Amino acid sequence: MNGVTAGRSSHPPPEAGAPNGAPLLALRDITKRFPGVLANDRVTLEVRAGEVHALLGENGAGKTTLVNVLYGLYQPDAGEIVVDGRRVRIRSPRDAIACGIGMVPQHFLLVRRHTVAENIALGLPQEGLLRPARRVERRIVEFATRYGLTADPGARIWELSPSEHQRVEILKALIRGARILVLDEPTSVLAPQEVSGLFDVLRRMKGDGHAVIFITHKLDEVGAIADRVTVLRRGRVVATVPAADVDRRALVQMMVGRDVESTLPRARAAAAGEALAAEALEADNDRGAPALRGLTLAVRRGEIVGLAGIAGNGQRELVEVLTGLRRAVRGRVRVLGRDVTNRTAAAICDAGVAHIPEDRVHMGVVATMTVAENLVLRRYRHPPFARGPLLDYDAIMRFAREMIAAYEIATPAATTPVRLLSGGNIQRLILARELAARPGVIIAAHPTSGLDVSATEHIHRLLLRRREEGAGVLLVSEDLDEVLALADRVAVIFRGRIADVLPVGDATPERIGLLMTGQAA
Amino acid sequence: MSTGAAAPPLARPARAEPPAWVEAVGVRAGSIVAAFAVGAVFLAATGHDPAHAYREMAVGAFGSSFAVEQTLVKAIPLALAGLGVALAFTMGLWNVGAEGQLAVGALAASWLALSAGGLPAAVVLPGLTLLGALGGAAWALVPAALRAYAGVNEIISTLMLNYVALLWVDYLVFGAWADPTAFSFPYSRRFPEAAHLPRLYGDVHAGALAALVAAAGLALLLGRTRWGYEIRTIGASQAAARYAGIPVRRRILLVMATSGALAGLAGAGEVSGVIHRIQQGLSPGYGFTAIIVAWVAQLRPWAVVLVAVLFAALLNGGFVLQTAGVPAAIAYMLQAMILTFVLAGEYLLRRLRRRRAVAAARALAPP
Repeated sequence: MNGVTAGRSSHPPPEAGAPNGAPLLALRDITKRFPGVLANDRVTLEVRAGEVHALLGENGAGKTTLVNVLYGLYQPDAGEIVVDGRRVRIRSPRDAIACGIGMVPQHFLLVRRHTVAENIALGLPQEGLLRPARRVERRIVEFATRYGLTADPGARIWELSPSEHQRVEILKALIRGARILVLDEPTSVLAPQEVSGLFDVLRRMKGDGHAVIFITHKLDEVGAIADRVTVLRRGRVVATVPAADVDRRALVQMMVGRDVESTLPRARAAAAGEALAAEALEADNDRGAPALRGLTLAVRRGEIVGLAGIAGNGQRELVEVLTGLRRAVRGRVRVLGRDVTNRTAAAICDAGVAHIPEDRVHMGVVATMTVAENLVLRRYRHPPFARGPLLDYDAIMRFAREMIAAYEIATPAATTPVRLLSGGNIQRLILARELAARPGVIIAAHPTSGLDVSATEHIHRLLLRRREEGAGVLLVSEDLDEVLALADRVAVIFRGRIADVLPVGDATPERIGLLMTGQAA
Repeated sequence: MSTGAAAPPLARPARAEPPAWVEAVGVRAGSIVAAFAVGAVFLAATGHDPAHAYREMAVGAFGSSFAVEQTLVKAIPLALAGLGVALAFTMGLWNVGAEGQLAVGALAASWLALSAGGLPAAVVLPGLTLLGALGGAAWALVPAALRAYAGVNEIISTLMLNYVALLWVDYLVFGAWADPTAFSFPYSRRFPEAAHLPRLYGDVHAGALAALVAAAGLALLLGRTRWGYEIRTIGASQAAARYAGIPVRRRILLVMATSGALAGLAGAGEVSGVIHRIQQGLSPGYGFTAIIVAWVAQLRPWAVVLVAVLFAALLNGGFVLQTAGVPAAIAYMLQAMILTFVLAGEYLLRRLRRRRAVAAARALAPP
């Protein structure tokens, strides 16, 4: 689009970190109030052309509210927005796009049956009625080469991976003329390898004079890509600083308001006896294709085994087979010495297996039911919660109040529907439920994905404590740092088999990376 | 929360809000008043006096002890079938086959009544009640099994089976069961006295007791039992239900069978308590109106009973209007209006409640 070319020439690449005259975008004293909460309290943010500006903060700090104000999805109660020196009113995303603001949302808004080109053409004003996507294809290729955003214009969205969806969203924003691009937690959908690809794209855009607002709560990403960082806490700006001037610890302190242990104390584990064993497991995925091809893995009592691997190599199917949610075609599963192959989910739960599921909102809880009812989701059929066919709601409420206190679940009441809780509190609820019965085996799938620093720390501590008490933990995670921080042994899964199991001392990111991609024996 | 104190200059002042129960009662009463108000506009536009029409309807529905009896008689099948579909809807099963399940229940009860010969009422009445329930359950188990084991959409299968059931009734009342003395009128012989349900008050038969017992049973089941917990869990999230270890397929069969059994009881009540024979058109669409009743009641068992009485009153009031030259269809229009306004009102209530709850949750969020 012409606007982009013009914008590029008028914004020369900046000298590293130096002020570059007037900011391309300024938010001044933005205040946004929701019933009972001040989501943004006089937030001021300036973003320059040619910079990646990280917006860092815990869940609920006001990051998403702020960019929704910027993108016209919310109207601020007070404050002003200045683009290119001109005060603007942004009443809708259409206004935002006209101001050169583009947004890549956390949950992509693409039409799954349409092609990449059709999705991008959707909403572009000048496209014709017939084959609207034809003319846009040329531009897709042009932008894709300029920024390294490989995308096939003819591919249909449902055929693509999450990282490709993200590329399509970025292309969509750029082709609509965005000079200011907002990315809302863009790395949450990416595998570690894909993150560096995204960062390359952002660097090229930066070099081209675009401004990038990068929302995250991952500290490493700030150092890796941001020029400056603005930290939000409880709706207010704590500080805006050059990213090179702050270390991890200082950032955590700004975000959380206190120090957080970055390395957790770990007692040397005395792993003894088998907790969980999978022997030569074979299972199919939802489409009936083999997902597990003779997978063998053992977890001992008192140890954490981290399962590393690129998404889609059988992790999900393995967890489902181990927890009774998917049938094994062949092979055996043993829990604490008992064969539980293809037993029901209820039987495996009762055998002492805790399951912290990957999809915590849809599987881990029933969003419309109360905190108390969710806390007994896996144990309602046993005393003291059940008395014959009846449920004892007094016992359930007593248990709920205990768990709310013990696991620090922030909820107005035990009778509050779970859908009103934040992600971190939902996960605390799930952990309370799964760990309270002191299970001998814990299967945790991505237990901290999308959670903020303090919730993550809380969950790590809980898992380590249960390990010291003798539970065997299988930790499935795409966050390699998490695996290396918690695991005693690291198993790498590749195409439905365990490529290798390494003691954590020998597990370097490089070695794991090679195993994950099938390049090592 | 400390941030609450720092009011920004443009923030709206907080309004004093009424207590939650005032909202709940007010919105629901307002929904029904609004439905009648819009109905009045239509009546006036078609040249009828709305005040006169509504007065006539009220008289027709409640104006005499005969009117009250007729209203309650019609409320019985609406309540029973409404409770049945409400149970299925709670689990996320779209059983729209109550009309057919009612018809099969009526057929099963009629079979016993017509072939009972000289059996005493103490045998026939429990027998036809049981058969009515079993007939409805069996008819509902067909789509339930298809759904549980083959993933067949129950909306289509339950809907289509309605027509199959109604045609079975036609087949029998025109053929094998036709009253030999009635010159091909589409109904059966009159049931023997032993197959007439006892009456409680005027024309109101014992089915009313069954409806009240069913409402109490469902309220207990959903609110206090393990099954109720499982049913609500499945209705809210199948993935969570599987994770919780609930046998989802078996619950689909159980709930659909119970749902069908309640509709079947409604059918048995109609043939043995009201018309004392089986005939073509034995139900003026009770099974379909039951779906609206269930939704207006927001699937709450006791509310289903109340709404069933209201809708029965509308039906009776509508019949009376007809004699005054106003089309009886006005009753159906009002039913539709009430549904629309009640659903809109529930949406409004949800938003009000959500705002309250979000505020409470936020006020409590940790720093």
